[in-house]
Amino acid sequence: MALRTLINRKTLTTTVPLGFRGLQTFSLPDLPYDYGALEPAISGEIMQLHHQKHHQAYITNYNKALEQLDAATTKGDASTVVKLQSAIKFNGGGHVNHSIFWNNLAPVHEGGGEPPKGSLGWSIDNSFGSLEALIQKMTTEGAALQGSGWVWLALDKEFKRLVVETTANQASCVLLFLQDPLVTKGPSLVPLLGIDVWEHAYYLQYKNVRPDYLKNIWKVINWKYASEVFEKENP
Amino acid sequence: MAATAATSISSPLKCGLFSSTPGFSWSTRSLQFRKNERQNARKATRGVITAKIDLKPPPYPLDALQPHMSRETFEYHWGKHHRAYADNLNKQIVGTELDRKTLEEIILLTYNKGDLLPPFNNAAQVWNHTFFWESMKPGGGGEPSGELLDLINRDFGSFEAFVKEFKTAAATQFGSGWAWLVYKANRLGVGNSVNPRPSEEDKKLEIVKSPNAVNPLVWDYSPLLTIDVWEHAYYLDFQNRRPDYISVFLEKLVSWEAVSARLEAAKARAAEREREEERKKNEYEDDDEVVDNSEPTELYLESDEDDSAAD
Repeated sequence: MALRTLINRKTLTTTVPLGFRGLQTFSLPDLPYDYGALEPAISGEIMQLHHQKHHQAYITNYNKALEQLDAATTKGDASTVVKLQSAIKFNGGGHVNHSIFWNNLAPVHEGGGEPPKGSLGWSIDNSFGSLEALIQKMTTEGAALQGSGWVWLALDKEFKRLVVETTANQASCVLLFLQDPLVTKGPSLVPLLGIDVWEHAYYLQYKNVRPDYLKNIWKVINWKYASEVFEKENP
Repeated sequence: MAATAATSISSPLKCGLFSSTPGFSWSTRSLQFRKNERQNARKATRGVITAKIDLKPPPYPLDALQPHMSRETFEYHWGKHHRAYADNLNKQIVGTELDRKTLEEIILLTYNKGDLLPPFNNAAQVWNHTFFWESMKPGGGGEPSGELLDLINRDFGSFEAFVKEFKTAAATQFGSGWAWLVYKANRLGVGNSVNPRPSEEDKKLEIVKSPNAVNPLVWDYSPLLTIDVWEHAYYLDFQNRRPDYISVFLEKLVSWEAVSARLEAAKARAAEREREEERKKNEYEDDDEVVDNSEPTELYLESDEDDSAAD
């Protein structure tokens, strides 16, 4: 097994334009904290693998898919363009989701686990009864999700309410309308908080006991960030 | 088998996401999963009899595949994950119509043509994991031989080409799932059509991948080999390095004997099924009531009743 090391945050690689069109490539964002800073809720070993290997792989493959898409579009190769859509959704979705996720977490000494105050706190109480009820709901749905995916707290801009949703694999919150035809307001969902329930997010520490991971992650959830996003959409 | 789940999928790398279709011959609404549904007719004097789906251990000790697959992995993968699927399945089916059916029957019934019923996940995962343990052996790897190798060469070009395609399928099954080598018997994917020119070439090996708990039984294929690519299968030993895990599986773990034995069985089943269909066709042709043999049978009814439940 990999040795547990407290490696400092990875330096940001600069974004470089690619090709004559100046195609934007993506790079791994820094974590706003050290790998070991979320212990004991999430181990440093997991944080390092999750960030440096899994998230990086999504970015690498996303960039590759975008390059291929650019080439195929230029050539007018329609079938390749279509075939690339799943790679873009998987890898681009993975990049988007994990970028949100790192901001959803914070060390305890930086406010991780502190309940939301202000308008998000009220809105949670209105929509779910209490913070505990919301936590219970997200924990239950996250534990019940079969296979790989995410559980989200999102703001439905259209109906001005909070919702809890799950997505499979790396499907983004905003793509919910594609997954479930009954839900027609996918594009109006703004993710506030996402919890990764892919096995790589917890296995080395919690093994098969996903519910324990979900119980403990609330101790490092960064409600400040969720509030900021919420207040921006809901001034 | 009455409850077939044949679909119109013909692409070998299809991931198995199907929209639900009506016309399933068992009324799904009658499959109730409440307990105590059944009469107590089978109650013995000493306790209630229920058929349990048993958790079979792998056919080797839990440390037998080290260092390629650790004992720790088996302790969790078999001891926790596989065990939980079996325990949860038994809880779900006790006292229902599914109780006392075979595992394969439960899988096909609860697959429900893609509109999965709750026990499907547990039932299929119980089956998948047993099939996976039996796909491996200590000192495994190497190359297949005999008829299996002949078919691999015929259908993939070479063993190397097969390995490449299998590795790609396993590496690109996004999220949780499985990659399979299957034997596909002579079948068109549409329920009421028959291949007018069947030949040996139609019986071929294919590689397919499936998400989560889905397995090729539901596509009416005969599975020959599988690799589990859920992260729990390799994370303790390989972390994120799924391609390394896949390589080690093929080079050090796969039991080609098991695959060959399954191929034999699959071919025998396919031959039996052909004989059965031939027999039915001949019976039918001798039937006085039918004048024109070339029309599809029983699709056009005089009454307006929807008779889609007819066999």
